[in-house]
Amino acid sequence: MKRRASGGSAIERARGVPFRFDGREMRGCRGDTLASALLANGVRPVGRSFKYHRPRGVLTAGSEEPNALVELKRDGAYQPNIRATLQELHPGLEARAQNCWPSVRRDVLAVNDLLAPFLSAGFYYKTFMWPRAFWEGLYEPLIRRAAGLGRLPRAYDASLHERAFAFCDLLVIGSGPTGLMAALTAGRAGADVVLVEEDRQMGGLPLSQGGQIDGRGADGWVQRVLRELQGLPNVRLMPRTSVFGVYDGGVFGALERVGQHLAEPGLVPRECYWRITAKRAILASGALERPIAHPGNDRPGVMLLSAVASYWQRWAVDPGRVVVFGNNDHALTTAQALAAEGMQIAAYIDSREDVAGEAPFPLRAGAEVVGTRGRQGLREVTIRARGRESRIACDTLGLSGGWNPTLALTCHQGARPVWDEAIAAFVPRPGMLPGLEAAGAARGCFSTAACLADGVEAARAALAELGLTAPDIALPEADDSPYTLRPLWQVKAPGRAWLDFANDVTTKDVKLAAQEGFASVEHMKRYTTQGMAPDQGKSSNMGALAVLADATGGSIPGTGTTTFRPPFVPVSIGALGAGARGKGFRPERRTTSDTQVRALGAPMIEAGLWYRPSYFPKPGDPDWRTACNREVGYVRKAVGVCDVSTLGKIAVQGPDAGRFLDFVYTGTMSRLAVGRVRYGLMLREDGHVMDDGTCARLGEQDYLVTTTTAAAGEVMRHLEFVQQAFCRGWQLRLCSVTEQWAQMAIAGPLAGELLAHVLGEVPDLPFMGYQPVQVGPVAARLFRISFSGERGYELAVPARYGADLFRQLVALAEGLGGGAYGMEALNVLRIEKGFLTHAEIDGFVTAFDLGLQGMMSRKKDFIGKAASGRPGLTGAERLQLVGLRPQDPTAELTAGAHLYPREAPAKATHGQGHVKSVCYSPTLGTWLGLALVTNGRARHGEMLRLDDGLRGNRCEVTLCDPVFFDPEGGRMRD
Amino acid sequence: MRLPCPCCGWRDLREFTCIGAADYLERPTADAPPEAWDAYLHVRDNPAGPARELWYHDPCGTWLVVERDTVMHAVTGSRAVEDAQ
Ligand SMILES: [Zn+2]
Repeated sequence: MKRRASGGSAIERARGVPFRFDGREMRGCRGDTLASALLANGVRPVGRSFKYHRPRGVLTAGSEEPNALVELKRDGAYQPNIRATLQELHPGLEARAQNCWPSVRRDVLAVNDLLAPFLSAGFYYKTFMWPRAFWEGLYEPLIRRAAGLGRLPRAYDASLHERAFAFCDLLVIGSGPTGLMAALTAGRAGADVVLVEEDRQMGGLPLSQGGQIDGRGADGWVQRVLRELQGLPNVRLMPRTSVFGVYDGGVFGALERVGQHLAEPGLVPRECYWRITAKRAILASGALERPIAHPGNDRPGVMLLSAVASYWQRWAVDPGRVVVFGNNDHALTTAQALAAEGMQIAAYIDSREDVAGEAPFPLRAGAEVVGTRGRQGLREVTIRARGRESRIACDTLGLSGGWNPTLALTCHQGARPVWDEAIAAFVPRPGMLPGLEAAGAARGCFSTAACLADGVEAARAALAELGLTAPDIALPEADDSPYTLRPLWQVKAPGRAWLDFANDVTTKDVKLAAQEGFASVEHMKRYTTQGMAPDQGKSSNMGALAVLADATGGSIPGTGTTTFRPPFVPVSIGALGAGARGKGFRPERRTTSDTQVRALGAPMIEAGLWYRPSYFPKPGDPDWRTACNREVGYVRKAVGVCDVSTLGKIAVQGPDAGRFLDFVYTGTMSRLAVGRVRYGLMLREDGHVMDDGTCARLGEQDYLVTTTTAAAGEVMRHLEFVQQAFCRGWQLRLCSVTEQWAQMAIAGPLAGELLAHVLGEVPDLPFMGYQPVQVGPVAARLFRISFSGERGYELAVPARYGADLFRQLVALAEGLGGGAYGMEALNVLRIEKGFLTHAEIDGFVTAFDLGLQGMMSRKKDFIGKAASGRPGLTGAERLQLVGLRPQDPTAELTAGAHLYPREAPAKATHGQGHVKSVCYSPTLGTWLGLALVTNGRARHGEMLRLDDGLRGNRCEVTLCDPVFFDPEGGRMRD
Repeated sequence: MRLPCPCCGWRDLREFTCIGAADYLERPTADAPPEAWDAYLHVRDNPAGPARELWYHDPCGTWLVVERDTVMHAVTGSRAVEDAQ
């Protein structure tokens, strides 16, 4: 059989393209898709179906393809579920059939087909139920092995993807006659137009069907319009681009296949994920032909008639002897046109009785296809007319059950389409979405002339809304013959008739679902898996719906459609995640001392997006704890230096700043003296603690609030809200200054001495005091605050001096027998003192729980006050902060462990609380913990059992006051 | 999705944070009965249709009352909280 005819508008015959499919060397032409090249090479089965492993051939010529899904070798790995109908051929392309082993022609699991009577709808639900003990061990691995189409590559996906943004006045989706006329009208009016087309070539159906537009060949007309559009600077043409989602505010998601068709893409990304923001959009996505469910309709060689035409016109694929089976006028005219061009039409079969026409082939009215034969591909069809069966030898069966407008994008925001009886299809409801209208075949206008006119009309309406004047545009003449059909959803005859080819759903499965009570369309879908394969049932959902309506005795519009959701076409995770891999997903924030602490060999730990040193190793250290203990010793015995710039800093300034802070803090800040600092607690409005930190009064109207590193963003947003929502007219301004200031903690008995080297003298600053200072020529801020329990200062300089200050402070500390300390030591120091972090402030605790109820002013309202006094947020039933000491000081405590009475089993009903933070205290020579324990403050001295089931850790602990070291606080005040 | 900020114009969704119905602006007085506080804190409408919502525009720090239709996906109004009511 000759497989290439003459012609073929899409291919360059002179340019042969070698490629491999399933290990076999083949040749195609430049311009081929993988599907057209396979057909031209006589390949019939290109894959196996999901459940029965039946051989399947190419059904369509577009992205709606359910069968021709292959694995494509790319960047050293096989990408599954590549649609051969969309994948362009390039030299060296390697693909293989999926869902079959050892090969697509001889597949072991084809035995499933013999088991078909047992594999009906709901098979999994019915079979894998009992006994329960088999679920995890037997059933799940079985189902997993058989489930899914294609195999995911296990390796890291090294391929390049890109993301991009576009903005326009008018987005036109689809470049058939409707889209071209819309783009032309809007382009001539001067609007910014983006015209997207899924295919490599713009032009839509005329490329496949030929015909005449404007008195010339349709193809010539398309090229002329495209030339004009290319010449307009305000029009952007985007071929190889699929719009897959419609979102609020005129945002469209689109996927461009940038390098997917190149043999050597190099640095060209495989795909680009576009976010297109359009003031107006016209959906000119056309319509999809639908197959007919007749017995044996899944045999390779059975195709949509439009695909037969498309492969013939564009790729010169000779289908051999063709039988056409249709139910509409368009099918007949297509068959006539194809015959006139030399295609061998063996017969035209139409289910309607009243069909007649001049044709060079037998025309059988009132007839149906009731069966097919051929092992690896179609050889013969069985026809039934007036109760009599006959057979016709053929190579290809072209099906046309009518056309469905491609309207999914109009329904992505929850709208439902309406039923149009005249074309037996759903159409979009006008005005369903602000800014988006369907035009042409996408709204059920099927003749070329109607599409051309509708494109102009849609553009005019959009231009009027954009405030632009539409130009006068002459409508080209084109075919305007009517399209009539009589619905034919299924041929009622013995044998299996497929609806969803990819997931192996037959008409019988849908009827069974209805019979077993899954009669609503959403239930039927899930019970049968209809429409749940990668093609999302584009060619089969309508048929399944009609069969369901027939089985339940309901109408099609009454039965309704399933919900349309993005993405309309499959989008790879790589494309969605473009630009957000690794550090693109989670950027780094670095302090000004970052280079130095890394040079000192400190392992870094993440704190939000920040990176902070965990400890500073020295040669010979046996483990990290050695370094940590050493650094704790610096602070307890000499002086330590730590970069604390990551804490949030918020400037609050203005005459009403104090009044505002009184409203957001539990305490009173307005009475704080200038030059003083106070510890403060902020609550959420629901009465729980949001954050803690310090508040310094730098001047009469000038406060500086600090937050924890983790909550800086949340606190800023909260303060903005309180000010804008509840403090209207108050005179104050808020500003985050976290990144403007580098701030270093200097802590230890020798902290004052160290500062004397920097400032010229030991600063005369009381505990919780603030004063402006000079560090050489640099104006700096000095706070006397302590998070370690030792005499402590924090010195802040403008960020550009941070690195120098840190270097100088560390050198001075080392000269005094101290040095830099990291997060591990900082954590030990604060636990020894019972100071809080977000390990304790976990979002569930109240000020009462933390023993800080005394900080809540009774004299004023503040955020969270009303709720914090409600029953259940205070009292003996609350989990309260306590300290923990193990009976054996060397017994390790673990954070996250639960606490139980000593003899009680580790059951939730016996739980007394849980451990929030732990450390080994070199100062006290024991492990320490902070925990939340029911009624904990009244239980100091009581012994409990710590039980960490996850890490297998158990020991006995005694509850105590959470301040373990220097409870009077003399060391930090002196 | 895009929203209009009175400071910055139409901006992409990813710059905004939503905390739900704008009723949250009606804070009860400190001595209001517990029922009022309970309703304020825990009972919020989430209507299908016209909605008034609180959105935060992170880049400029403005809290907004956005009026939009959650069924029709149309934004019908957006004002700074300070200027709302
Ligand atoms: Zn803004």
